[in-house]
Parts: sequence; C-alpha cells; structure tokens
Amino acid sequence: MDSTLRLIATNPLDQLARTIEALLIVASAPLSVAELAEAAEDDPERVETALGLLRERFGERRSGIVLEQVAGGYAFRASREASEACARLFERPIERGLSHAALETLAVVAYLGPCSRPEVARIRGVAADSAVASLVERGLISEAGRESGPGGAVRYRTTPLFERVFGLESLAALPRLDDLGADGEQIRERLLEVASARAS
Amino acid sequence: MRELDLDLDAFEGPFDLLLTLLLREELEPIEIDIAAIVLAFVERLAEREEIDLEACGEFLVLVSALLELKARLLFPDEAAELDALEPEEAAEELARRLGEYRRMKEAAVWLAERLAGERDRWFRLGPAPLAPQPERRLAPQDSNALAVALRALAVPPPAVSLSHMALRFPPVSQFLDRFRTLLSRRRRFDFESEVIGLSRVEQAVAFLALLELRKSGEIALSQAAPFAPIRIARVDDERITTWTARSA
Repeated sequence: MDSTLRLIATNPLDQLARTIEALLIVASAPLSVAELAEAAEDDPERVETALGLLRERFGERRSGIVLEQVAGGYAFRASREASEACARLFERPIERGLSHAALETLAVVAYLGPCSRPEVARIRGVAADSAVASLVERGLISEAGRESGPGGAVRYRTTPLFERVFGLESLAALPRLDDLGADGEQIRERLLEVASARAS
Repeated sequence: MRELDLDLDAFEGPFDLLLTLLLREELEPIEIDIAAIVLAFVERLAEREEIDLEACGEFLVLVSALLELKARLLFPDEAAELDALEPEEAAEELARRLGEYRRMKEAAVWLAERLAGERDRWFRLGPAPLAPQPERRLAPQDSNALAVALRALAVPPPAVSLSHMALRFPPVSQFLDRFRTLLSRRRRFDFESEVIGLSRVEQAVAFLALLELRKSGEIALSQAAPFAPIRIARVDDERITTWTARSA
C-alpha cells in the first residue's frame, strides 16, 4: 500500500510538465520560469527540470510544435519544417517592409536604449521621426520615460516582441558592439593622417 | 547637375528645387540624407562618358554647404567646442562618431541577417494574456461595530425644508374685495396704513389690486411726492374735491 502511494508521489514531474505545457499553449507571449512556477504553484528548479522534459518532447523533427527559450521566457512556436505551410496561411505584419533606416534605428535603440529620437538622429545623421513611429507601430520599441529636465524628449527601448521576432533569448544575445565595425581604427588613422597633413 | 533628380525619404524632385526649399527654410536640412544625394550624383556621373569638372566643383561646393548647415543644426551646442579643437582632436572626435555610426550600421546589418535567418520561425501573436483579478479580502470586522454603522445609516435623514422655495401669492381678488369694502365705508385712505404688517409678496399683490381698481376707474390715486404715502379715494369723492377746489 505504501509503495503504491510512493509511486504516485514520485511521478508529479510529468504532471508538472503537462501543466506547463498547458500554460504555454494558453499564453500568447513567452512565460518566464518564475511566472510558470507561480502559476503551477511549484518550485522554480522543478519547473526548469520539467521544461527540460518538454524540450525533449517538443523538439525540431519530433513535433509540429517546438519549445524555444526566447525573450526571457519559454514559448511554443511552429517547427521550421512547417514554415512553408504557415507562410501560405499567415502574414508577417511586423517584419514586412522594415526599411534599412528602421533597422538602423532599431539597432541604436537596442544597444543604447532607452534613448530619445534626438540621440538616434545624432548617431545616424538624419531625423529618426518616421523610423521611430514605424517601429512603435510594429510594437518593436516602446516609450520608456523621458529625458531628465523640463520638456525632456521621450525615450524608447526595445520590447519583448523585438526579442521574439529576432529569436533572441534576451538583449544580451546581441553581438558585442566592439565586435562590430572593426574598421573603426582604420577610419581614425586615415583622419589623423589628413589632420596632420593639414596641420604641417 | 542641377537637373539631378532625387528620390529621398523627405524629398522627391530636382536638386535645384531641393536647394530652393532649403534656402526658403521650407524644408529642414536635418531631414535630408546628404549621402543619398552624393550617391545619386555619383551614379549620374557614372552614366556619362566624360566627367564635367565644372559640375563636379559646383556640386562639391553646394553639398559641402549643405553638410555644414546640417552639422550645425545637429550639434548646435557643440559647434563652439568643435571650433576650439585642434585638428588632431577634431579628427579624433569625428573618427569616434564615424566609428559609432559604423558600428550601428553593422548592427543593423546583423539584425537584417538575423531576421532573414528567422523567416521560418512562426509563432502565435496575440494580445498579452489577462492576469486574473486578485480576490479582494476584507480585514476582519467586528459585527457589533458593523451593526452600529448600519443602524446609523438606517436612520431617516431630517426632512429638508423647502419653505424658502414656496412663494405664496394671495389672489388679487382678495384685495379687490377688501379695498372695495373699505371704500364703501370710507371715502379715502392711505395705502401704507392698509398694508402695514403684510409680507412683501402680499403688499405687492395689494398694489396690483390697486392698479386694477384704477384701471377700471373705481378709484383715484394721488401721491404728493415720490415715496410719499399713496392716497386712495373714491372717484365720486375725487370729482367733488376737484369741483370744490375749482369753484373756490
């Protein structure tokens, strides 16, 4: 009798995995371990273990639904092999027509955010009003307070949707800024050459 | 060169029109992507077999002026600081900014490539899930205190007096009868002495009755001076008085 009870009691991890599976199906945005643990009324460590079980069950080529870690949480998505079928039925309103100017603005906000439109304009050298408005409309960036001082400009930062659309676990998954634009030193050297030539 | 057609985010049309609009301040230089103008000019040059040096020189002068104008607008507070910089420092500052922009351009390229690589990732988009409303729990209550509070609420409030809203007008006929009776007994009397002690409304109605009697020709009214007592007399009596005065 005791052993039967113990068997039932030692198997709740699978039940927890089913609960998490249900929560992720209902959610329309990624859920963090803390949110899952709170909803399931269970321990965060056990939730992570259960997520490991689910990741094995819902992996690429195993299921039409894939569990992914994205935007600071966990979410289900369609498997990549079903993408063509998805494309025949659904649209991609967020990414469609994303201009180069918008991508540059997005990069500035993602790396330097929260930052204001004047800051973006200072770096890009052109006004960023329309690019910022387009990104806000798509839900990729959102307002994040104002700059200090009276009449401070509105500041923007990227949203969790940005991380999800770009498949990033978090903003930390972006490449390091120092690793980008490696020819910066060349620019400096060339300019210094010109400056010293003019000065002499 | 001036026939150069431009297709920019903020402007579409010939280069000379762009210059005109900028000089008239109908277009903000900050809105104009000058690199795109240079690219359009270079493309135009590439289409031609011979290089028009004069046109190139003119273009360089105009684009330089545009760049300076835009730079001053972009960095109004820093212009003075930049002027004070040594050439090496200015070059260093410029290199820093160019490097910053270059890194952001590279980041944008990385994002574009990332987006292209994620085109086969499909997920459900929807509004944020609604969190359930937390159950409201009241602090423990003393039932006797609650009963006292309810009892206080159950007491009917005192009736509000509306007396100030009711203006009671006695009928004019009441005063008509009264004055007629009075005149049947007396030939004349003062209005004030008859209405003394009445309310202001009653006095007003009494005066209306007086006017009514005067209108119907039953009485004669006289007042020696403004605000002097109003004297009321029977018409017969008034005629006699007038006749007596004339005969005298």
